[in-house]
Amino acid sequence: MSTPRIGVLALQGAVAEHARALRAAGAEVSTVRRPSELQGLDGLIVPGGESTTMARLAAPVRLMESIRERHAEGMAMFGTCAGMILMADQILDAEALNGFERIGGLDVVVRRNGYGSQLESFIGPLQVPGLPGDDPTPLEAVFIRAPVIESLGVDVEVIASWQDRPVAVRQGRILAASFHPELTPDHRLHQYFVEISAEQTVS
Amino acid sequence: MTTESTSHTAAATGATAVNTGLAQMLKGGVIMDVVTREQARIAEDAGAVAVMALERVPADIRATGGVARMSDPDLITGIIDEVSIPVMAKARIGHFVEAQILEHLKVDYIDESEVLSPADFTHHIDKSKFKVPFVCGATNLGEALRRITEGASMIRSKGEAGTGDVSEAMKHIRTINGEIARLTSLAEDELYLAAKELQAPYALVKQIAREGRLPVVLFVAGGVATPADAAMMMQMGADGVFVGSGIFKSGNPAERAAAIVKATTYYDDAGVVAEASKGLGEAMVGINVADLPAPHRLAERGW
Repeated sequence: MSTPRIGVLALQGAVAEHARALRAAGAEVSTVRRPSELQGLDGLIVPGGESTTMARLAAPVRLMESIRERHAEGMAMFGTCAGMILMADQILDAEALNGFERIGGLDVVVRRNGYGSQLESFIGPLQVPGLPGDDPTPLEAVFIRAPVIESLGVDVEVIASWQDRPVAVRQGRILAASFHPELTPDHRLHQYFVEISAEQTVS
Repeated sequence: MTTESTSHTAAATGATAVNTGLAQMLKGGVIMDVVTREQARIAEDAGAVAVMALERVPADIRATGGVARMSDPDLITGIIDEVSIPVMAKARIGHFVEAQILEHLKVDYIDESEVLSPADFTHHIDKSKFKVPFVCGATNLGEALRRITEGASMIRSKGEAGTGDVSEAMKHIRTINGEIARLTSLAEDELYLAAKELQAPYALVKQIAREGRLPVVLFVAGGVATPADAAMMMQMGADGVFVGSGIFKSGNPAERAAAIVKATTYYDDAGVVAEASKGLGEAMVGINVADLPAPHRLAERGW
Protein backbone atom coordinates (compact mmCIF):
# COMPACT_ATOMS: atom_id res chain seq x y z
CA MET A 1 0.00 0.00 0.00
CA SER A 2 1.37 3.40 -0.97
CA THR A 3 1.27 6.42 1.33
CA PRO A 4 -2.24 7.93 1.22
CA ARG A 5 -2.50 11.45 -0.22
CA ILE A 6 -4.66 13.65 1.95
CA GLY A 7 -5.66 17.25 1.32
CA VAL A 8 -6.63 19.91 3.84
CA LEU A 9 -9.24 22.44 2.71
CA ALA A 10 -7.31 25.70 3.10
CA LEU A 11 -9.88 28.44 2.55
CA GLN A 12 -9.59 29.48 6.20
CA GLY A 13 -9.05 27.96 9.64
CA ALA A 14 -6.75 25.50 11.41
CA VAL A 15 -5.02 24.23 8.26
CA ALA A 16 -1.38 24.01 9.42
CA GLU A 17 -2.37 22.10 12.58
CA HIS A 18 -4.19 19.41 10.56
CA ALA A 19 -1.33 19.19 8.07
CA ARG A 20 1.13 18.63 10.93
CA ALA A 21 -1.05 15.93 12.53
CA LEU A 22 -1.56 14.18 9.17
CA ARG A 23 2.17 14.11 8.46
CA ALA A 24 2.76 12.66 11.93
CA ALA A 25 0.15 10.01 11.08
CA GLY A 26 2.03 9.05 7.92
CA ALA A 27 0.10 10.80 5.13
CA GLU A 28 1.35 12.82 2.18
CA VAL A 29 -0.30 16.24 2.65
CA SER A 30 -1.38 19.03 0.32
CA THR A 31 -3.67 22.06 0.65
CA VAL A 32 -6.84 22.63 -1.35
CA ARG A 33 -8.26 25.99 -2.39
CA ARG A 34 -9.36 25.10 -5.94
CA PRO A 35 -11.29 22.14 -7.47
CA SER A 36 -8.24 21.04 -9.51
CA GLU A 37 -6.32 20.47 -6.27
CA LEU A 38 -8.74 17.65 -5.33
CA GLN A 39 -7.41 15.42 -8.12
CA GLY A 40 -5.65 12.30 -6.91
CA LEU A 41 -6.54 12.73 -3.24
CA ASP A 42 -7.46 9.67 -1.18
CA GLY A 43 -8.88 11.84 1.59
CA LEU A 44 -9.77 15.44 2.47
CA ILE A 45 -9.95 17.16 5.84
CA VAL A 46 -12.33 20.09 6.17
CA PRO A 47 -10.92 21.92 9.20
CA GLY A 48 -12.32 24.05 11.97
CA GLY A 49 -12.78 27.73 11.29
CA GLU A 50 -15.88 29.69 10.35
CA SER A 51 -18.28 27.67 8.19
CA THR A 52 -19.87 30.93 6.98
CA THR A 53 -16.52 32.17 5.66
CA MET A 54 -15.63 28.86 4.01
CA ALA A 55 -19.03 28.53 2.31
CA ARG A 56 -18.69 32.02 0.83
CA LEU A 57 -15.15 31.49 -0.41
CA ALA A 58 -16.06 28.12 -1.93
CA ALA A 59 -19.07 29.41 -3.88
CA PRO A 60 -17.39 31.26 -6.80
CA VAL A 61 -15.24 28.21 -7.69
CA ARG A 62 -17.96 25.62 -6.91
CA LEU A 63 -15.60 23.90 -4.50
CA MET A 64 -18.30 22.29 -2.31
CA GLU A 65 -19.88 20.64 -5.40
CA SER A 66 -16.45 19.38 -6.51
CA ILE A 67 -15.74 17.91 -3.07
CA ARG A 68 -19.09 16.10 -3.18
CA GLU A 69 -18.28 14.70 -6.61
CA ARG A 70 -14.82 13.51 -5.56
CA HIS A 71 -16.32 11.91 -2.45
CA ALA A 72 -18.79 10.01 -4.64
CA GLU A 73 -15.79 8.73 -6.60
CA GLY A 74 -14.18 7.37 -3.42
CA MET A 75 -12.37 10.23 -1.66
CA ALA A 76 -12.73 9.93 2.14
CA MET A 77 -13.65 13.04 4.19
CA PHE A 78 -12.99 14.13 7.76
CA GLY A 79 -14.77 17.23 9.08
CA THR A 80 -13.87 18.87 12.38
CA CYS A 81 -16.09 21.52 13.98
CA ALA A 82 -16.91 23.84 11.05
CA GLY A 83 -15.98 20.97 8.74
CA MET A 84 -18.59 18.76 10.39
CA ILE A 85 -21.18 21.53 9.94
CA LEU A 86 -20.40 21.68 6.22
CA MET A 87 -20.80 17.88 5.90
CA ALA A 88 -24.05 17.63 7.90
CA ASP A 89 -27.21 16.96 5.91
CA GLN A 90 -29.20 19.28 8.16
CA ILE A 91 -28.23 22.34 10.22
CA LEU A 92 -30.28 24.18 12.81
CA ASP A 93 -29.84 27.95 13.29
CA ALA A 94 -28.30 28.18 9.87
CA GLU A 95 -29.50 31.58 8.61
CA ALA A 96 -25.96 32.76 7.91
CA LEU A 97 -25.40 29.72 5.66
CA ASN A 98 -28.67 30.05 3.73
CA GLY A 99 -28.23 30.21 -0.01
CA PHE A 100 -24.71 28.79 0.12
CA GLU A 101 -23.75 25.36 -1.14
CA ARG A 102 -22.44 22.89 1.45
CA ILE A 103 -20.87 19.44 1.09
CA GLY A 104 -23.48 17.32 2.89
CA GLY A 105 -23.50 13.53 2.93
CA LEU A 106 -23.39 12.98 6.70
CA ASP A 107 -26.81 11.93 7.98
CA VAL A 108 -26.90 14.08 11.13
CA VAL A 109 -28.70 17.16 12.41
CA VAL A 110 -26.24 19.70 13.78
CA ARG A 111 -26.73 22.89 15.77
CA ARG A 112 -24.06 25.57 15.25
CA ASN A 113 -22.51 27.05 18.42
CA GLY A 114 -24.58 24.52 20.33
CA TYR A 115 -22.72 25.03 23.61
CA GLY A 116 -22.81 28.85 23.55
CA SER A 117 -20.16 31.58 23.46
CA GLN A 118 -16.41 31.20 23.95
CA LEU A 119 -16.92 31.23 27.74
CA GLU A 120 -18.61 27.83 27.34
CA SER A 121 -15.67 26.34 25.41
CA PHE A 122 -14.01 23.45 27.27
CA ILE A 123 -11.69 20.46 27.23
CA GLY A 124 -13.09 17.02 27.99
CA PRO A 125 -11.47 13.57 28.19
CA LEU A 126 -13.20 11.18 25.77
CA GLN A 127 -13.30 7.39 25.85
CA VAL A 128 -12.56 6.12 22.36
CA PRO A 129 -12.56 2.32 22.65
CA GLY A 130 -13.27 1.76 18.97
CA LEU A 131 -10.17 3.46 17.60
CA PRO A 132 -7.37 1.34 16.15
CA GLY A 133 -4.78 0.24 18.68
CA ASP A 134 -7.36 -0.16 21.46
CA ASP A 135 -5.52 2.38 23.61
CA PRO A 136 -7.52 2.89 26.84
CA THR A 137 -6.05 6.39 27.41
CA PRO A 138 -8.79 9.03 27.14
CA LEU A 139 -8.52 11.44 24.22
CA GLU A 140 -8.28 15.08 25.41
CA ALA A 141 -10.85 16.80 23.23
CA VAL A 142 -10.82 20.58 22.79
CA PHE A 143 -14.31 21.99 22.15
CA ILE A 144 -14.35 25.58 20.84
CA ARG A 145 -17.73 27.22 20.19
CA ALA A 146 -18.52 23.68 19.14
CA PRO A 147 -21.51 22.41 17.18
CA VAL A 148 -23.83 19.87 18.81
CA ILE A 149 -25.08 16.75 17.03
CA GLU A 150 -28.79 16.78 17.82
CA SER A 151 -29.68 13.51 16.09
CA LEU A 152 -28.21 10.98 13.71
CA GLY A 153 -29.33 8.52 11.05
CA VAL A 154 -29.22 4.73 11.37
CA ASP A 155 -26.09 4.41 9.23
CA VAL A 156 -24.07 6.70 11.48
CA GLU A 157 -21.75 4.99 13.95
CA VAL A 158 -20.86 6.82 17.18
CA ILE A 159 -17.13 6.78 17.92
CA ALA A 160 -17.13 8.98 21.01
CA SER A 161 -19.66 10.76 23.21
CA TRP A 162 -19.46 13.55 25.75
CA GLN A 163 -22.20 13.76 28.38
CA ASP A 164 -24.38 11.35 26.41
CA ARG A 165 -24.11 13.34 23.21
CA PRO A 166 -22.23 11.97 20.19
CA VAL A 167 -19.18 14.12 19.41
CA ALA A 168 -17.29 11.90 16.95
CA VAL A 169 -19.08 9.84 14.30
CA ARG A 170 -18.42 7.78 11.20
CA GLN A 171 -20.64 7.05 8.23
CA GLY A 172 -18.84 4.96 5.61
CA ARG A 173 -16.05 7.11 4.22
CA ILE A 174 -17.00 10.17 6.28
CA LEU A 175 -15.49 10.86 9.68
CA ALA A 176 -16.63 13.88 11.72
CA ALA A 177 -15.89 15.42 15.11
CA SER A 178 -17.37 18.42 16.86
CA PHE A 179 -14.03 19.05 18.63
CA HIS A 180 -10.44 19.73 17.50
CA PRO A 181 -8.14 16.69 17.40
CA GLU A 182 -5.60 18.84 15.49
CA LEU A 183 -4.92 21.00 18.56
CA THR A 184 -3.51 18.24 20.75
CA PRO A 185 -0.48 15.97 20.25
CA ASP A 186 -2.70 12.85 20.39
CA HIS A 187 -3.08 11.87 16.72
CA ARG A 188 -5.24 8.75 17.04
CA LEU A 189 -8.17 10.22 15.09
CA HIS A 190 -5.86 11.38 12.31
CA GLN A 191 -4.32 7.91 12.20
CA TYR A 192 -7.80 6.44 11.95
CA PHE A 193 -8.63 8.80 9.07
CA VAL A 194 -5.39 7.95 7.26
CA GLU A 195 -6.42 4.26 7.51
CA ILE A 196 -9.92 4.98 6.21
CA SER A 197 -8.41 6.96 3.31
CA ALA A 198 -5.97 4.15 2.51
CA GLU A 199 -8.84 1.64 2.28
CA GLN A 200 -10.34 3.78 -0.44
CA THR A 201 -7.16 4.06 -2.46
CA VAL A 202 -7.94 2.93 -5.98
CA SER A 203 -4.80 1.86 -7.79
CA MET B 1 -10.22 22.54 34.45
CA THR B 2 -6.58 21.92 33.64
CA THR B 3 -5.78 22.75 30.08
CA GLU B 4 -2.07 23.55 30.03
CA SER B 5 -0.85 20.00 29.52
CA THR B 6 -2.98 19.42 26.45
CA SER B 7 -1.81 22.44 24.52
CA HIS B 8 1.27 22.21 22.36
CA THR B 9 1.17 25.91 21.62
CA ALA B 10 0.59 27.49 25.02
CA ALA B 11 3.19 25.62 27.05
CA ALA B 12 4.94 28.61 28.60
CA THR B 13 1.99 30.99 28.69
CA GLY B 14 -0.93 31.70 30.95
CA ALA B 15 -3.31 31.06 28.08
CA THR B 16 -5.36 27.90 27.74
CA ALA B 17 -5.84 25.63 24.74
CA VAL B 18 -9.49 26.61 24.27
CA ASN B 19 -8.50 30.28 24.11
CA THR B 20 -5.39 30.04 21.93
CA GLY B 21 -7.42 27.50 19.93
CA LEU B 22 -10.19 29.96 19.07
CA ALA B 23 -7.54 32.24 17.56
CA GLN B 24 -6.26 29.25 15.56
CA MET B 25 -9.77 28.85 14.12
CA LEU B 26 -9.66 32.46 12.91
CA LYS B 27 -6.48 31.93 10.89
CA GLY B 28 -6.52 32.88 7.24
CA GLY B 29 -9.44 35.16 7.98
CA VAL B 30 -10.41 38.81 8.24
CA ILE B 31 -11.72 40.43 11.42
CA MET B 32 -13.71 43.59 10.75
CA ASP B 33 -14.51 46.64 12.89
CA VAL B 34 -18.26 47.32 13.00
CA VAL B 35 -20.20 50.05 14.80
CA THR B 36 -23.80 48.95 14.15
CA ARG B 37 -25.80 45.73 13.81
CA GLU B 38 -26.23 46.50 10.11
CA GLN B 39 -22.47 46.71 9.62
CA ALA B 40 -22.02 43.46 11.55
CA ARG B 41 -24.47 41.76 9.17
CA ILE B 42 -22.62 43.14 6.14
CA ALA B 43 -19.33 41.87 7.60
CA GLU B 44 -20.65 38.35 8.23
CA ASP B 45 -22.26 38.28 4.77
CA ALA B 46 -18.93 39.27 3.25
CA GLY B 47 -17.17 36.33 4.93
CA ALA B 48 -15.55 37.92 8.00
CA VAL B 49 -14.36 35.32 10.55
CA ALA B 50 -15.19 37.65 13.45
CA VAL B 51 -16.29 41.21 14.10
CA MET B 52 -14.94 43.82 16.49
CA ALA B 53 -17.88 45.67 18.02
CA LEU B 54 -17.12 49.30 18.84
CA GLU B 55 -18.74 52.72 18.93
CA ARG B 56 -16.38 54.54 16.62
CA VAL B 57 -13.86 53.18 14.15
CA PRO B 58 -10.29 54.41 14.73
CA ALA B 59 -10.52 57.00 11.92
CA ASP B 60 -13.46 58.62 13.74
CA ILE B 61 -11.75 58.37 17.12
CA ARG B 62 -8.90 60.35 15.55
CA ALA B 63 -11.26 62.89 14.01
CA THR B 64 -13.37 63.40 17.15
CA GLY B 65 -10.55 63.34 19.68
CA GLY B 66 -11.27 63.18 23.42
CA VAL B 67 -11.16 60.08 25.62
CA ALA B 68 -12.08 56.86 23.82
CA ARG B 69 -13.60 54.15 26.06
CA MET B 70 -15.27 50.74 25.97
CA SER B 71 -18.50 50.78 23.93
CA ASP B 72 -22.03 50.83 25.34
CA PRO B 73 -23.03 47.27 26.42
CA ASP B 74 -26.30 47.63 24.46
CA LEU B 75 -24.35 48.09 21.26
CA ILE B 76 -22.18 45.07 22.00
CA THR B 77 -25.02 42.70 22.95
CA GLY B 78 -26.99 43.90 19.91
CA ILE B 79 -24.12 42.85 17.68
CA ILE B 80 -23.72 39.52 19.51
CA ASP B 81 -27.41 38.85 18.79
CA GLU B 82 -27.04 39.83 15.15
CA VAL B 83 -24.27 37.49 13.97
CA SER B 84 -23.26 33.83 14.37
CA ILE B 85 -19.49 34.46 14.08
CA PRO B 86 -17.35 35.37 17.12
CA VAL B 87 -17.71 38.91 18.48
CA MET B 88 -14.75 40.80 19.93
CA ALA B 89 -14.84 44.11 21.82
CA LYS B 90 -12.24 46.56 23.05
CA ALA B 91 -11.23 47.50 26.59
CA ARG B 92 -8.78 50.28 27.40
CA ILE B 93 -5.19 49.25 28.21
CA GLY B 94 -5.10 48.42 31.93
CA HIS B 95 -8.86 48.88 32.44
CA PHE B 96 -9.66 45.57 34.11
CA VAL B 97 -13.21 46.57 35.01
CA GLU B 98 -14.10 47.25 31.38
CA ALA B 99 -12.71 43.76 30.74
CA GLN B 100 -14.87 42.31 33.52
CA ILE B 101 -17.92 43.93 31.94
CA LEU B 102 -17.05 42.57 28.49
CA GLU B 103 -16.58 39.08 29.93
CA HIS B 104 -19.96 39.38 31.66
CA LEU B 105 -21.52 40.35 28.30
CA LYS B 106 -20.08 37.09 26.89
CA VAL B 107 -18.00 38.57 24.12
CA ASP B 108 -15.86 35.86 22.54
CA TYR B 109 -12.59 37.84 22.68
CA ILE B 110 -11.46 41.04 24.39
CA ASP B 111 -9.05 43.36 22.60
CA GLU B 112 -6.96 45.31 25.14
CA SER B 113 -6.43 48.07 22.67
CA GLU B 114 -4.22 51.09 22.17
CA VAL B 115 -6.93 52.49 19.91
CA LEU B 116 -8.82 53.48 23.07
CA SER B 117 -7.33 55.91 25.60
CA PRO B 118 -5.09 54.02 28.04
CA ALA B 119 -6.44 53.69 31.61
CA ASP B 120 -3.06 52.76 33.08
CA PHE B 121 0.27 54.07 31.84
CA THR B 122 2.31 51.42 33.69
CA HIS B 123 0.40 48.14 33.80
CA HIS B 124 -1.65 46.11 31.37
CA ILE B 125 -4.63 43.99 32.46
CA ASP B 126 -3.69 40.75 34.26
CA LYS B 127 -5.35 38.63 31.62
CA SER B 128 -4.59 35.37 33.39
CA LYS B 129 -7.40 36.26 35.83
CA PHE B 130 -10.03 35.96 33.10
CA LYS B 131 -11.72 32.99 31.44
CA VAL B 132 -12.45 34.94 28.25
CA PRO B 133 -9.50 35.21 25.85
CA PHE B 134 -7.61 38.42 25.06
CA VAL B 135 -5.89 39.75 21.97
CA CYS B 136 -3.28 42.48 22.48
CA GLY B 137 -1.28 44.74 20.19
CA ALA B 138 2.49 44.67 19.81
CA THR B 139 5.04 46.61 17.80
CA ASN B 140 7.94 44.26 18.52
CA LEU B 141 8.73 40.82 19.94
CA GLY B 142 9.40 41.95 23.52
CA GLU B 143 6.03 43.65 23.72
CA ALA B 144 4.31 40.56 22.27
CA LEU B 145 6.01 38.28 24.81
CA ARG B 146 5.08 40.51 27.74
CA ARG B 147 1.43 40.43 26.66
CA ILE B 148 1.55 36.62 26.23
CA THR B 149 3.06 36.33 29.73
CA GLU B 150 0.15 38.37 31.09
CA GLY B 151 -2.22 35.85 29.49
CA ALA B 152 -2.95 37.11 25.96
CA SER B 153 -4.11 34.23 23.70
CA MET B 154 -3.55 36.09 20.45
CA ILE B 155 -1.30 38.93 19.27
CA ARG B 156 -1.94 41.51 16.58
CA SER B 157 0.81 43.73 15.33
CA LYS B 158 -0.39 47.30 15.89
CA GLY B 159 0.31 49.20 12.71
CA GLU B 160 -1.19 52.66 12.91
CA ALA B 161 -4.96 52.38 13.28
CA GLY B 162 -7.32 54.73 11.47
CA THR B 163 -4.82 55.90 8.86
CA GLY B 164 -5.25 53.58 5.87
CA ASP B 165 -1.44 53.75 5.69
CA VAL B 166 -0.01 50.22 5.77
CA SER B 167 3.62 51.24 6.35
CA GLU B 168 3.55 50.87 10.14
CA ALA B 169 1.86 47.46 9.91
CA MET B 170 4.69 46.45 7.59
CA LYS B 171 7.30 47.80 9.98
CA HIS B 172 5.84 45.92 12.94
CA ILE B 173 5.50 42.52 11.27
CA ARG B 174 9.00 42.82 9.83
CA THR B 175 10.32 43.72 13.27
CA ILE B 176 8.59 40.79 14.99
CA ASN B 177 9.64 38.31 12.27
CA GLY B 178 13.20 39.62 12.32
CA GLU B 179 13.51 39.37 16.10
CA ILE B 180 12.16 35.80 16.05
CA ALA B 181 14.63 34.85 13.31
CA ARG B 182 17.48 36.36 15.32
CA LEU B 183 16.51 34.32 18.42
CA THR B 184 16.63 31.09 16.42
CA SER B 185 20.22 31.90 15.39
CA LEU B 186 21.53 32.49 18.92
CA ALA B 187 23.51 29.99 20.97
CA GLU B 188 21.63 28.69 24.00
CA ASP B 189 23.86 30.58 26.46
CA GLU B 190 23.12 33.83 24.60
CA LEU B 191 19.38 33.57 25.26
CA TYR B 192 19.74 34.87 28.85
CA LEU B 193 20.91 38.23 27.56
CA ALA B 194 18.29 38.13 24.78
CA ALA B 195 15.58 37.68 27.43
CA LYS B 196 16.95 40.65 29.36
CA GLU B 197 17.00 42.82 26.25
CA LEU B 198 13.49 41.76 25.23
CA GLN B 199 12.25 42.33 28.82
CA ALA B 200 10.52 38.97 28.56
CA PRO B 201 10.71 35.72 30.59
CA TYR B 202 13.62 33.43 29.75
CA ALA B 203 11.44 30.30 29.43
CA LEU B 204 9.29 31.94 26.79
CA VAL B 205 12.32 33.34 24.92
CA LYS B 206 13.86 29.87 24.89
CA GLN B 207 10.64 28.37 23.55
CA ILE B 208 10.51 30.92 20.69
CA ALA B 209 14.17 30.29 19.87
CA ARG B 210 13.45 26.55 19.61
CA GLU B 211 10.17 26.74 17.68
CA GLY B 212 10.88 29.78 15.51
CA ARG B 213 7.39 31.18 15.98
CA LEU B 214 5.15 32.81 18.56
CA PRO B 215 3.24 30.36 20.78
CA VAL B 216 -0.01 32.12 19.81
CA VAL B 217 -1.60 33.29 16.57
CA LEU B 218 -0.27 36.56 15.08
CA PHE B 219 -2.65 38.79 13.09
CA VAL B 220 -1.75 42.11 11.49
CA ALA B 221 -3.72 45.30 12.12
CA GLY B 222 -3.55 49.04 11.62
CA GLY B 223 -3.74 50.59 8.17
CA VAL B 224 -4.92 47.64 6.06
CA ALA B 225 -7.35 49.18 3.53
CA THR B 226 -7.15 47.24 0.26
CA PRO B 227 -7.09 43.60 -0.94
CA ALA B 228 -3.45 44.12 -1.89
CA ASP B 229 -2.61 45.33 1.64
CA ALA B 230 -4.18 42.18 3.13
CA ALA B 231 -2.43 39.87 0.66
CA MET B 232 0.92 41.53 1.38
CA MET B 233 0.50 40.96 5.13
CA MET B 234 -0.33 37.28 4.49
CA GLN B 235 2.76 36.93 2.29
CA MET B 236 4.74 38.44 5.18
CA GLY B 237 3.63 35.47 7.27
CA ALA B 238 0.65 36.95 9.14
CA ASP B 239 -1.97 34.42 10.30
CA GLY B 240 -4.77 36.82 9.32
CA VAL B 241 -5.75 40.48 9.25
CA PHE B 242 -7.83 43.00 11.15
CA VAL B 243 -9.47 45.68 9.03
CA GLY B 244 -10.71 48.62 11.05
CA SER B 245 -11.67 51.83 9.33
CA GLY B 246 -10.68 50.48 5.91
CA ILE B 247 -14.04 48.88 5.13
CA PHE B 248 -16.79 51.10 6.43
CA LYS B 249 -14.91 54.32 5.63
CA SER B 250 -14.73 53.30 1.98
CA GLY B 251 -17.16 53.94 -0.88
CA ASN B 252 -18.51 50.39 -1.15
CA PRO B 253 -18.15 48.49 2.14
CA ALA B 254 -19.87 45.18 1.23
CA GLU B 255 -17.83 44.66 -1.93
CA ARG B 256 -14.57 45.83 -0.39
CA ALA B 257 -15.08 43.54 2.61
CA ALA B 258 -15.69 40.49 0.38
CA ALA B 259 -12.70 41.43 -1.79
CA ILE B 260 -10.37 41.65 1.21
CA VAL B 261 -11.62 38.24 2.45
CA LYS B 262 -10.88 36.73 -0.95
CA ALA B 263 -7.43 38.33 -1.19
CA THR B 264 -6.58 37.02 2.28
CA THR B 265 -7.33 33.41 1.26
CA TYR B 266 -5.70 33.57 -2.20
CA TYR B 267 -2.93 35.91 -1.02
CA ASP B 268 -0.25 34.25 -3.15
CA ASP B 269 -2.27 34.32 -6.40
CA ALA B 270 -1.83 37.69 -8.12
CA GLY B 271 -4.62 36.86 -10.57
CA VAL B 272 -7.20 36.47 -7.80
CA VAL B 273 -5.95 39.53 -5.89
CA ALA B 274 -6.04 41.60 -9.10
CA GLU B 275 -9.60 40.47 -9.81
CA ALA B 276 -10.61 41.23 -6.21
CA SER B 277 -9.12 44.72 -6.49
CA LYS B 278 -11.28 45.71 -9.50
CA GLY B 279 -14.12 48.22 -9.30
CA LEU B 280 -14.20 48.68 -5.54
CA GLY B 281 -14.73 52.43 -5.77
CA GLU B 282 -13.09 54.82 -3.41
CA ALA B 283 -10.80 53.50 -0.67
CA MET B 284 -10.75 55.35 2.64
CA VAL B 285 -9.05 58.71 2.21
CA GLY B 286 -6.29 58.01 4.70
CA ILE B 287 -3.59 59.89 6.52
CA ASN B 288 0.14 59.43 5.94
CA VAL B 289 1.65 58.26 9.21
CA ALA B 290 4.65 60.54 8.57
CA ASP B 291 2.28 63.53 8.80
CA LEU B 292 0.96 62.47 12.22
CA PRO B 293 2.53 64.33 15.14
CA ALA B 294 4.02 61.90 17.67
CA PRO B 295 1.33 62.35 20.38
CA HIS B 296 -1.31 61.17 17.90
CA ARG B 297 0.43 57.90 17.08
CA LEU B 298 -1.59 55.14 18.75
CA ALA B 299 1.05 52.44 18.27
CA GLU B 300 3.22 54.09 20.89
CA ARG B 301 0.62 53.31 23.58
CA GLY B 302 1.48 50.06 25.40
CA TRP B 303 4.46 49.17 27.58
